[in-house]
Amino acid sequence: MKYQSQSVAKLYFIAAIALFVAQILFGLIMGLQYVMGDFLFPEIPFNVARMVHTNTLIVWLLFGFMGSAYYLIPEEAETELYSPKLAVILFWVFLGAAGATVAAYLLVNYSTLAHITGNDLLPTMGREFLEQPTITKIGIVVVALGFLFNVGMTVLKGRKTTINLVLMLGLTLLAVFFLFSFYNPENLVLDKMFWWWVVHLWVEGVWELILGALLAFVLIKVTGVDREIIEKWLYVIIAMALITGILGTGHHFYFIGTPEYWQTIGSIFSAMEPIPFFMMTLFAFNMVNRRRRDHPNKAAVLWALGTGVMAFLGAGVWGFLHTLAPVNFYTHGTQITAAHGHMAFYGAYVMIVITMISYTMPLMRGRAAANSPAAQVMEMWSFWLMTVSMVFITLFLTAAGIVQVWLQRYSDAPQSFMVVQEQLEIFYWMREGAGVIFLIGLIVYIMSFFVKGEEASA
Amino acid sequence: MSSVFTKSTARNIFYGGSLFFFLVFLGLTMDTLEKLPERDHRENITPEVVLGKKVWEDNNCIGCHTLLGEGAYFAPELGNVYKRFGGSKEAIIAFIKSRPAEGIPGRRSMPQFNLTDEELEGMAEFLKWSSEINTSNWPPNIQG
Repeated sequence: MKYQSQSVAKLYFIAAIALFVAQILFGLIMGLQYVMGDFLFPEIPFNVARMVHTNTLIVWLLFGFMGSAYYLIPEEAETELYSPKLAVILFWVFLGAAGATVAAYLLVNYSTLAHITGNDLLPTMGREFLEQPTITKIGIVVVALGFLFNVGMTVLKGRKTTINLVLMLGLTLLAVFFLFSFYNPENLVLDKMFWWWVVHLWVEGVWELILGALLAFVLIKVTGVDREIIEKWLYVIIAMALITGILGTGHHFYFIGTPEYWQTIGSIFSAMEPIPFFMMTLFAFNMVNRRRRDHPNKAAVLWALGTGVMAFLGAGVWGFLHTLAPVNFYTHGTQITAAHGHMAFYGAYVMIVITMISYTMPLMRGRAAANSPAAQVMEMWSFWLMTVSMVFITLFLTAAGIVQVWLQRYSDAPQSFMVVQEQLEIFYWMREGAGVIFLIGLIVYIMSFFVKGEEASA
Repeated sequence: MSSVFTKSTARNIFYGGSLFFFLVFLGLTMDTLEKLPERDHRENITPEVVLGKKVWEDNNCIGCHTLLGEGAYFAPELGNVYKRFGGSKEAIIAFIKSRPAEGIPGRRSMPQFNLTDEELEGMAEFLKWSSEINTSNWPPNIQG
């Protein structure tokens, strides 16, 4: 750590991990509700558990991105953060808003919450992933603006590297596209269409800029490969991400009322969306193979390589699996979508945030370069436990999805939704089992922060 | 990557390519907005339909159900539920009204939302209107 102000990232990372735990606990609750329908009913109905599961995911990833930026941007700009104090204030504002929102989900009836938070004045609630009360959304915008101002001023007064510019661009566009969450027309088709301007243009668009910049930063640090080479890779990857991803939005416009030409455009461009992810895999492995030093933080290298592989599998391969319009006609809105969603979010965004945490935390905690070998071994155990269990969660959901499509959509005598669901129980049980292993992996991950011992050296 | 292909070439491809495809996307979006009225039948969006969409959102129905394939995968697709229920608003209303507050032992159950008659009517109208959107023949069959 070169600059004192970078350490503000630590707060953000701790909050991220805490919310990660909440996300997984509620994931397990939902998983159980899939097989024991009355579990926690009516205290925590499925929709409430799901809101907590998905919203804590999004918020902890945002904490992770912001923490990463607060660490990375001063280091790249070679100057102290513009205002560490503002970063701390915004942290508590964001944590307060996130905590209050989750508490409200759990304690207040959703329609009551909608009513008391003024959803009648400016209705934005009750749409997937955008369930937050309108005032929480406004809070997110305020925090994002303060954050962008803070890191933006830091970049302006310091060195302007490619990584900083790409990260700033990604974070700024993240904030810009979030503004579409305030647009909720009465016409469902329009609503859905512009809802994707937030959701798709985030995760299959500008978030990939953030992902690429963070991965490039860590790879420069742990491999010592020339910056010029890494930055060139970064530009090529993000170029492919947006060239395929923007029109790739079309793969959401097949069956929601939008014209049929989207089936052609969406199929062609989204079929190419795996390319940038495959390049990320090549990028990570190439840079590590060409490394000029053996960085003592082996765990961070493992997470970086893992991000490359799992992002390609989850976002790339599992995305491609159901992205072509004739396939999607049968798979749209089934467990296949859930399978893809799980591995894509884990492989791309969860893992890149953990990569950043893994690289930066030892430095922020006063180590010269890395944690003790014992701590790293435990962290690497958590890597394999979480990653392998996520692979199995994905495989079980994929199996469930294939059977579901067969029985409910493809067969000559299609069966009703609930009749089919009962026949999928075995897959849901296995998914829940894999989920428990994931939780164990997460606990091991947290424990790794408390393992002491002599620092590792190269 | 060879030295002919420099970082600034890569940067130019990124900015040029992204901008180009974003403009194409904007153009297609404009075209879609023009063509939508004949597919979404917006002339049938009555105040009841508007109320129904609001009730749909205020009760977070998307947290369990899919609507035109989007949402959660815990409960049935509702884009075509009006047709699945035999084109009967009354059947939809009766179903929502009759959900037991304490659930059904061992099974998934929809919560009792205690909707007013006006809200129930709005919800049924909203689902009816939704079932008439031109979704390119999706879902594949009546089961959703």
